Amino acid sequence: MTPASDIAKGAVLLKVDNVSLRFGGVKAITDVSFDIRKGEIRAIIGPNGAGKTSMLNCINGFYHPQEGTITYKGVKREAMRPYVAASQGIARTFQNVALFKGMSTLDNIMVGRTLKMNSPFFWQIWRHGPAMKEEVEHRKFVEEIIDFLEIEHIRKVPVGKLPYGLQKRVELGRALAMQPELLLLDEPMAGMNLEEKEDMCRFILDVSSQYGTTIALIEHDMGVVMDLSDRVVVLEYGRKIADGTPDQVKADQTVIDAYLGVGH
Amino acid sequence: MTSTPEQGLDTFPKWIAHHAKVRPERPAMRFKDMGIWREWTWSQIAKLVRAYAIGLQDLGLKRGDKVAIVGSNRPKLYWSIMAAQSLGAIPVPVYADAVADEMAYVLDHAEVSIAAVQDQEQVDKLISVKDRVPSLGHILYDEPRGLRDYDHAKLHPIDAIIERGTAILHEGPDIAAKFERTVAEGKGEDVSIILYTSGTTGRSKGVMLTASGCINAARDSARFDGLHERDEVIAYLPLAWVGDHYLNYAQQMVVGFCVNCPESPETAVSDRREIGTTYAFAPPRVFEGMLTSIMIRMEDAGWLKKKMFHHFLGVAKKWGEKILNGEAVPLTARLHYGLGELMVYGPLKNVLGLSTVRIGYTAGEAIGPELFAFFRSIGLNLKQLYGQTEAFLLVTAQPNGQIRPDTVGPVMPNVDLKVSPDGEVLYKSPGMFKGYYKEPEKTAETLTPDGYVRTGDAGFLDATGHLKIIDRIKDVGKLKSGAMFAPKYIENKLKFFPNIKEAVAFGQDHEFVTCFINIDMTAMGNWAERNNVAYASYQELAGHPQVYEIIKGHVDEVNRSLATEPMMAAAQIHRFLILHKELDADDGEVTRTQKVRRGFVAERYAPLINGFYSGAKEVDISTQVTFEDGRKGAISARVKIADLTPAPIAVAQGKAA
Repeated sequence: MTPASDIAKGAVLLKVDNVSLRFGGVKAITDVSFDIRKGEIRAIIGPNGAGKTSMLNCINGFYHPQEGTITYKGVKREAMRPYVAASQGIARTFQNVALFKGMSTLDNIMVGRTLKMNSPFFWQIWRHGPAMKEEVEHRKFVEEIIDFLEIEHIRKVPVGKLPYGLQKRVELGRALAMQPELLLLDEPMAGMNLEEKEDMCRFILDVSSQYGTTIALIEHDMGVVMDLSDRVVVLEYGRKIADGTPDQVKADQTVIDAYLGVGH
Repeated sequence: MTSTPEQGLDTFPKWIAHHAKVRPERPAMRFKDMGIWREWTWSQIAKLVRAYAIGLQDLGLKRGDKVAIVGSNRPKLYWSIMAAQSLGAIPVPVYADAVADEMAYVLDHAEVSIAAVQDQEQVDKLISVKDRVPSLGHILYDEPRGLRDYDHAKLHPIDAIIERGTAILHEGPDIAAKFERTVAEGKGEDVSIILYTSGTTGRSKGVMLTASGCINAARDSARFDGLHERDEVIAYLPLAWVGDHYLNYAQQMVVGFCVNCPESPETAVSDRREIGTTYAFAPPRVFEGMLTSIMIRMEDAGWLKKKMFHHFLGVAKKWGEKILNGEAVPLTARLHYGLGELMVYGPLKNVLGLSTVRIGYTAGEAIGPELFAFFRSIGLNLKQLYGQTEAFLLVTAQPNGQIRPDTVGPVMPNVDLKVSPDGEVLYKSPGMFKGYYKEPEKTAETLTPDGYVRTGDAGFLDATGHLKIIDRIKDVGKLKSGAMFAPKYIENKLKFFPNIKEAVAFGQDHEFVTCFINIDMTAMGNWAERNNVAYASYQELAGHPQVYEIIKGHVDEVNRSLATEPMMAAAQIHRFLILHKELDADDGEVTRTQKVRRGFVAERYAPLINGFYSGAKEVDISTQVTFEDGRKGAISARVKIADLTPAPIAVAQGKAA
């Protein structure tokens, strides 16, 4: 499942340099720099409104920062559309599940394969010849993901009928179907109970170890973040206040102040 | 009788070789993987098992060694059983959902040297208890996910072992010949498998079963039901349960039919539908679950469908069982029922994956008579059997056409059954166990001096020779007045209501009978949703006054039914309460097969029972609970006690029969 990549494990995959993002007078992100290394699990944390989701939106090309640069796989990036980011190997899930509610789990994950469909349009309309052959291959790949995420029993169920925890899992499946090099997860465990969270943690770790996918995630559950991630970047009011291993971040006084408040 | 080629096949590996010769191209096993059914024929199975066994031999497995099998119904785990038996090693299936502590006890007691498991979860569990199981050497696994970074010195994928065996086989023709000799050396009186009982009464015991015993028992029952090689079954019962080893292994071996392994436990129903199984075996709780889900879905159906459903269910109730038993039924009723088959029963059976089922059995626990009648009335040939792990299952079974809901059928062929003077059922059977592993004193306790096995069940043979089981003999008690008190009998009546998941009755040496109830979260949750009752947890819903009213109605109905039975009329329920938590195997309150551990529950909830008999209206209780990961916590609650007025006892008219 790992796509051929010339970037060695541990090398910088994506670099954010002095990025600032404004919406009119509102400063969402101010002068933030950090990097994501190949193969690591990188967490972005911070209080509500710190600019975490905006940061992800910049990375996958949904927002275009006014200042600063984003370098992906050694190439400095021009303003790009999300589908360009997707075709370059960046996939994501959303804070509010964004699946096609009326479609089955299987179809939703198949959507993740769209960018990989290469057969001529003519054949695709008729679902015949090369298009059929290609679809079978994609279906096989999707079945691997279904097996991986243990969602065989909901293969044909419309996702709108599924409980929230399973919808999140399907969304992860759809992102995985793109065989991403960089996977962005926006609060993958929000609203889950303890057992669902444990399952999700296991899947994230398995994705990382089995497919070597680089993962950047936003999460509020500190226990989860500290256990899962290799490195953590902390944002507050759009600024970076700390960056380092979970232990370093935990001991950082500015981080403690930001989360617990400062005595006056 | 002339000799058949099947004579002399006294171990399962010999049967595998036999099938590979007689029906090499017939399917032996299927498994749905990646959404597609994969199939293995008997000749393929024979080759795979041979390679696997040679691979195991290479790991050092010898005759008499024990191999633990942990996981759900995967082909590779069944092959592990076959391969171990080929070498004369003894497989020991273990309940996959057992917590690490229970698992450590069984593995250590059985002195297993190799474990074949399903996935990372089980590997982790075994690694965590490894220092308590000194005999355990290698661990083999089916699914590699998540295991890549583990230390593979003593950890191997099952595939690698099979490959290793195949490679060894290529070294020379004498390897295969040597394997055949090893199989031939296996004897019928050798222990073929050790099945640990679920432990309704304390620690699990290892029941040793011999190969020829298993084979004879399975052949008797296969003949009894006319099983043949074209039958299809689906394997979804726990591997460690005797029912699975009986149906999906022993009977398969002696008949040669195909065992289908579902994709995952959750997909068993839809997989069964795809396969179209012809022979089914399930504990009553599976049928209970089906009925509950049907009823819930019908509640949400449109009025026309609802009306049609209930109308035809009425027709089925009146005529269905008679038609199934081949009794004389008026033509109009037959036509009416036929229409029902077209409109309701057929589609219903199709949804449940039961359309092609020729023979269905329920066992493991007593089934509610109404539940049993429901499935029979819609045309499912559901039958009851009575058996035990110690007997290698069957002691009695109902033959086609002689089905009565309140008995478990006549004695099986070749089984010798009698009832002791104090009412206990005793038997000798072809599949009878050899003893409990390493526990001769317990074996001696279970056998009578003349060699019969004590079942621990109270029962009697009725006038027609059918066995009727009342309850566990130690559970059948007396009220203070001396009237008979059979708790399970009462509990089963209660559990027929879809809203009631579990019930535990008390009354031994007391004035009257009382009862704990667990509501069914699926059924009651659905009710709450439809009636806009808000709740956050089981505890909150259980304490809701409206829920109490509904349950009270059910208990009243049970009392009315008890009042009509002269033996049981005195044992009507006077007070009940809905427990603030569900009885859970992790807390030791029920066994892994969901049987209530009565004594333990009584001890744990003593304050509630005291409340029953002291006349209290409410009782405070705090209970320790164990979470799935082993952590402990406490829930405390104030539980209400509801009072009931017993139904008037029906006076027997005329002379008693």
